Amino acid sequence: MSDVITVNASGLSCPQPVMMTKKALADLTSGRVEVLVDTATSRNNVLRFAQNKGWRVSTEERDGGYKVILEK
Amino acid sequence: MDKILTSKHGPWLAGGFIGLIAVALANLGNPGNMGFCVACFTRDIAGALGFHRAGVVQYIRPEIPGFILGSFLSSLIFREYSPRGGSSPAVRFGLGLFAMLGALVFLGCPWRAYLRVAGGDWNALYGVGGLIVGVFIGILFLWNGFSLGAAEKNPKGAGLIMPLIAIALLAFLFLAPTFGENGPIFFSTSGPGSQHAPALIALAAGLIVGWLAQRSRFCTVGAIRDFLMMGDGHLLKGIIAFTLVAFAGNYALGKFNPGFEGQPVAHTNELWNFLGMVLSGLAFTLAGGCPGRQLIMAGEGDSDAGIFVIGMLAGAAVAHNFAAASSGAGIGPMGIHVTVIGLIFCAFVGICFRDRG
Repeated sequence: MSDVITVNASGLSCPQPVMMTKKALADLTSGRVEVLVDTATSRNNVLRFAQNKGWRVSTEERDGGYKVILEK
Repeated sequence: MDKILTSKHGPWLAGGFIGLIAVALANLGNPGNMGFCVACFTRDIAGALGFHRAGVVQYIRPEIPGFILGSFLSSLIFREYSPRGGSSPAVRFGLGLFAMLGALVFLGCPWRAYLRVAGGDWNALYGVGGLIVGVFIGILFLWNGFSLGAAEKNPKGAGLIMPLIAIALLAFLFLAPTFGENGPIFFSTSGPGSQHAPALIALAAGLIVGWLAQRSRFCTVGAIRDFLMMGDGHLLKGIIAFTLVAFAGNYALGKFNPGFEGQPVAHTNELWNFLGMVLSGLAFTLAGGCPGRQLIMAGEGDSDAGIFVIGMLAGAAVAHNFAAASSGAGIGPMGIHVTVIGLIFCAFVGICFRDRG
């Protein structure tokens, strides 16, 4: 199983969570990336961005926020 | 309904509806092309509280507490109430202050910039142009690693500050108390501050918009930012729908008056209409969203957004007390100075806050 890349975007203002996700996905053709965010807005923004790039997406609630899981 | 509002179609549906409400409010008594103006309304509230003494712009605009409370209730109902804070609050105060100063040089926040265009006020095209340039400068800072740092989760009660301030403002509006001889609460008897839709209707409109914007993430600055940065046009459709519906409403009601001269609460100085909004657009982008969005986030419990709003309130007081606010006659004696100082402040913030956190 390949390594999981974790992006911690908790607490950051728009549009930084999406920018960090974009950077993490830039050189990846496959794998699993977990993005940590603390608001539903950031969660939805990351989901929409990754979906548009062809990644499978799912989310888990975690203490004080969400874990957005991106897989390809 | 909520599924649609939170989908990618949410912003344009919300934007269109908000545009319609804006036309209705202007028709019901708000000043021309001012169905909504977060900057002007916050300025009027600052005046009503006596933070400035410009007698023609003093009124507790219920739309503003309506936005906060609409968002607060919506975030509670949909389990998105999330008290947080601690991301460079003093800097956010400064950004709010200068965003307001820039907006009052232009005479409108981004919401009103679009509404002015929708009413045929072509001076606002310079403002919208300035807004786009300001957002783009903010994007350059973001690309270079700009960040105000991470906010942290706060106790549940911490998010109640702004909703409680909103309730206090509504109490001041409806009870109209007087604090001391010749003291506030002040209500304009002439000028833009005296022009307003019936308070309960304006409050209802604010609550509805607070809910719509909380669910759809409608943002008049994020719209430009996301489109320029990432080619993501879903928020942009929100402001296009907002402007088009407002235009259609104005046209249908005979309120579309194209031209530069004699526009309501506007001046014709192209350069400072442009540069005022460059400052505003940049400050909003560095703070992560337009003034409406800041109110919505404040309602959700984001105390950093709350501090930004308080900064705007202070900015309104500075604008009028220090002769920096424009009027229909033109820019204020200190309008140029505060705009230049604000641009230097934003550049300083943009450069200093890199790669932190």
